[in-house]
Amino acid sequence: MRYIVLLKSAQPTSPPPPELMDAIAKLGGEATNAGALLDTAGLAPSASGARVQVSGGRLSVTDGPFAEAKEMISYALYQVRSKEEATEWTVRFMKLHRDLWEGWEGEAEVLRVFGPEDFGPPPA
Amino acid sequence: MIGSVAMTATDPHRATVRAIEAVWRMESAVLIAGLARIVRDVGLAEELAQDALVIALEQWPQSGVPDNPGPWLMATAKHRAIDHLRRRTRYERKLELIGRDLEIQQDSGGPDLDAAIDDHIGDDLLRLMFIACHPVLSTEARAALTLRLLGGLTTDEIARAFLVAEPTIAQRIVRAKRTLARKQIPFDLPAPAELADRLSSVLEVIYLIFNEGFSATAGDDWMRPTLCEEALRLGRILAGLMPEEPEVHGLVALMELQASRTRGRTGPSGEPILLLDQDRRRWDRLLIRRGLEALERAEALGGVVGPYTLQAAIAACHARALSPEDTDWERIAALYRVLTHIWPSPVVELNRAVAVGMASGPAQGLEVVDALTSEPALESYPQLPAVRGDLLAKLGRLDEAQHEFERAAALTRNERERSLFLNRAAAYRRESTTR
Repeated sequence: MRYIVLLKSAQPTSPPPPELMDAIAKLGGEATNAGALLDTAGLAPSASGARVQVSGGRLSVTDGPFAEAKEMISYALYQVRSKEEATEWTVRFMKLHRDLWEGWEGEAEVLRVFGPEDFGPPPA
Repeated sequence: MIGSVAMTATDPHRATVRAIEAVWRMESAVLIAGLARIVRDVGLAEELAQDALVIALEQWPQSGVPDNPGPWLMATAKHRAIDHLRRRTRYERKLELIGRDLEIQQDSGGPDLDAAIDDHIGDDLLRLMFIACHPVLSTEARAALTLRLLGGLTTDEIARAFLVAEPTIAQRIVRAKRTLARKQIPFDLPAPAELADRLSSVLEVIYLIFNEGFSATAGDDWMRPTLCEEALRLGRILAGLMPEEPEVHGLVALMELQASRTRGRTGPSGEPILLLDQDRRRWDRLLIRRGLEALERAEALGGVVGPYTLQAAIAACHARALSPEDTDWERIAALYRVLTHIWPSPVVELNRAVAVGMASGPAQGLEVVDALTSEPALESYPQLPAVRGDLLAKLGRLDEAQHEFERAAALTRNERERSLFLNRAAAYRRESTTR
């Protein structure tokens, strides 16, 4: 099963420490080599994005930035055998932030992606 | 707050146990592999790793999951290993050997040993794969042992996946481990001279696991996708360990591309849908992208093109075609021709017939099929009359087509395939009578 992990955090005032970037790259390599990490990328601040909304029958397009305190800053897509496994990879990722970036705060949501197992009868 | 990671859940104990199980699945192969190098016995290594799991299950619910669960498990198992080696006199000699190997002090299990283990993780995993897929074992035993040691699957899960009773699988695994011990198969990487053969055994096992999950035979529906995912995972791990081997990337490409079609392969009531009839919007674009990238890596490495890379190249032709009409059948037919040279097989030749039929016309395809009708290996192969029937129908020879599909229906053991064949036979009967 697949899980997408969405990482949210306040826009940092300083760039991430190089040790953190190294550790993230190492962990990403491990997750890739374990066959678990399928895809990942960082997301630019919402200032360079847009929002398309339908509300009260009206469709509107708004350019970023959006007012939220926390910006979505990256995503990772995992192929794992349980929610706990996706969570464990995420815990490892968040521990790196906790240990290597003083004062950093953020949250990661671990969400299951619907797969073939969720639609119709399973393959016979 | 429990330990370093707070667990908030309705049943914190249960949540911790599940977290431990997840860590176990992520780490067990590395644990077993590292331990096997110390104790030189895969069966014993697995037991010691299991001991570490038991200790974790006892301690972590109280103490919390440690910050570095993998190294914790390894350190715990290593201490058990060293205790074990010390305690049992028949391992004394081995202890000396290890002492020499790792240059550790009599009383340690300290940093040198840790470093020695950390340095070897990749090689250890690779050794474990090679030993689990060792040619002294039967193919079934290799598959079961691989799922057990490298996939961390329980015997019950393996049994359900292979539709075999659990005691049978348990025995198969015990016997396999005994065979490895009795024949004193060393926990080493294959010598360069035998690497190619040994690697092809590993690839064969991984692909067998994949196909067991992918093939549309009856089975425990729940476990089957797990087998595909497990095989893909093993393939990706192997690609990370042996990045210079084109066929490893070829196999990964083949599996990613085939798995990309999973959602399109069956209809709403579970009936199989043939490749050309599949709704390609249901194909998994991410797996296609990954498959094509793996294929590129395989081709970029050069050397003699192997059977997995070729099959992946064929699968890629389908993956690249946005509609069936866009399919490059010429290229597929050519790739099949190369494949029959390096891997002569009537089944491959039958596939080539289909491609030739699409590329050059049904008459040319039929010529290839007709050369196969006396092939003993295909005597009871339902796809032979099915392919022949399809080509005959395209040539307007409907009576013969009907007959071939009836034969195909009689030969297949898959219920859903049978009704597919019978439907086509009936359609040609109606069509030929209304003419």
